[in-house]
Amino acid sequence: MFIKQLSVFIENREGRLEEVLETLKQNNVNIVSLSLADTSDFGLLRLIVSDPEAGRNALKENGFSAMVTDVLAVRLAHRVGRLQELLDVICKAHINIEYMYALATGKDDASIIIKTSDLNKALELLESEEVEIFTLKDIETL
Amino acid sequence: MIWNETKECMSRDEMTVLQGKRLVKVVDRVYHNVEYYRKKMQALGVEPGDINGIEDLRKLPFTTKNDLRDTYPFGLFAAPQSEIVRIHASSGTTGKATVVGYTRRDIDIWAECVARAFAQAGITKNDIIQVAYGYGLFTGGLGAHYGAEHLGATVVPMSTGNTKKLTTMMMDFGVTAIACTPSYLLHIAETLEEEGNIQNVKLKAAICGAEPWTENMRLQIEEKLHIKAFDIYGLSEIMGPGVACDCEFHKGLHVYEDHFLPEIISPDTLEPLSEGETGELVFTTLTKEGIPLLRYRTKDLTSIDYGKCECGRTLARISRFKGRSDDMLIIRGVNVFPSQVEAALLEMAGTTPHYMIIVDRINNLDTMEVQIEVEDRFFSDEIKELESLTKRVTHTLQNAIGLAVKVKLVEPKTLERSMGKAVHVIDKRKLV
Repeated sequence: MFIKQLSVFIENREGRLEEVLETLKQNNVNIVSLSLADTSDFGLLRLIVSDPEAGRNALKENGFSAMVTDVLAVRLAHRVGRLQELLDVICKAHINIEYMYALATGKDDASIIIKTSDLNKALELLESEEVEIFTLKDIETL
Repeated sequence: MIWNETKECMSRDEMTVLQGKRLVKVVDRVYHNVEYYRKKMQALGVEPGDINGIEDLRKLPFTTKNDLRDTYPFGLFAAPQSEIVRIHASSGTTGKATVVGYTRRDIDIWAECVARAFAQAGITKNDIIQVAYGYGLFTGGLGAHYGAEHLGATVVPMSTGNTKKLTTMMMDFGVTAIACTPSYLLHIAETLEEEGNIQNVKLKAAICGAEPWTENMRLQIEEKLHIKAFDIYGLSEIMGPGVACDCEFHKGLHVYEDHFLPEIISPDTLEPLSEGETGELVFTTLTKEGIPLLRYRTKDLTSIDYGKCECGRTLARISRFKGRSDDMLIIRGVNVFPSQVEAALLEMAGTTPHYMIIVDRINNLDTMEVQIEVEDRFFSDEIKELESLTKRVTHTLQNAIGLAVKVKLVEPKTLERSMGKAVHVIDKRKLV
């Protein structure tokens, strides 16, 4: 099961990130997690939100380039080497990690967002590893 | 020094007679050798017999860059290929280049005209001159080179791109003259300053052209380098550099009108304007064999002065250019049309995204940036996709216009929209 990520193009200009957040706030879209990637000319904001479709529509109405993409959200035990073990499985199948960031950290476990070159295959592999994969519903209640 | 006193100082009457004779010959040549011109003239009901002198010039059809495009590559050549010894090319308005061909005699006349220009700048066979225009399809490098050799000067064919090597050789060889774009010369001056050599150069004259510059910039160059700077004008369609050049009095550029017959017309009505009025400069080549052109519209705006100059030359003078009647940009000596950028983007993306060309001059070098709005179809959640898009666009544009371009993705709807004619260019260079 994949979850939906909201991605937004942001020019390297003063105040643009704040304007994205303002738009989401106005439309009652809650941010669960985010990652901001920067290049010399632009930034790419990736968000996990309570309602990605509503978030995208609101951003587009306000002149932003925004899209919704499938990503995997994985819960993993708080234990040394656990993430490495999972990535080992993925790498052995010759799947590339496009990007990855933290979703949430609990007392006993942590969660990550991951986008790979072959999302279906990655999902299959992770499921066989008996890790918990988040559903859209899980995100809404986070 | 006046290189060719007979031609450069002849009376107006003598010049008119010479131009008339040559015009009759060139009209005859294109009518019989170039089908495109024959049809154009027939459409206007004009035959070579109707042209008896320059007073008949206005009976002849105009030529534009589009005519060169329509007859690409060799359709306007008036000499057989076996007589053509050189090809040059410049930017066309879209896709295809504007191609010109020269016979051996054309090359000789071109060298003669450039030699006149260099002599006007006080350069003689005792000088060592660095030619720092690009060598290649661009007429600047080879044009200046042949002219300087014809003059007998010692030519150092630097071309462009390696300023350190240029300044080193300038010092080591004791270079006394340079031909390059004015913005590049300012860049060279800064490099010399950094190297602590600006007081030690033996440079005395510079012949600059291939891009628009101001009188202020000329004076700035003179002051910085303690030299005399001259403005040379030309375009590949007519010949290349050496169509006109200013003299030590800097009161306009002397046109070598025994070879290039100038007219000033109104770009709106296409009617000839009188002496002193500002309009579009039009040239008829009088002696060209390879690709003679009738009434070629340069799109450069200027005025003309037929009065005798203090330097003794009687050649008509055109004033410093006041702009263009089209949207062509000259960036580092390269002609760029916004339509070229548009065509390249169209070819790449299917439909043209919203874009803006930003031209600037940073450290005296022209820069060109193309900003493109990120539409949904270009957008990706992966940076490598966005970066590869930028690279692809950069590559396509550089191939299309032959100039380094920086491509920048911007947010949708952030580029200026205009109500009337779309504005696709912001030129931040201060040239006035």
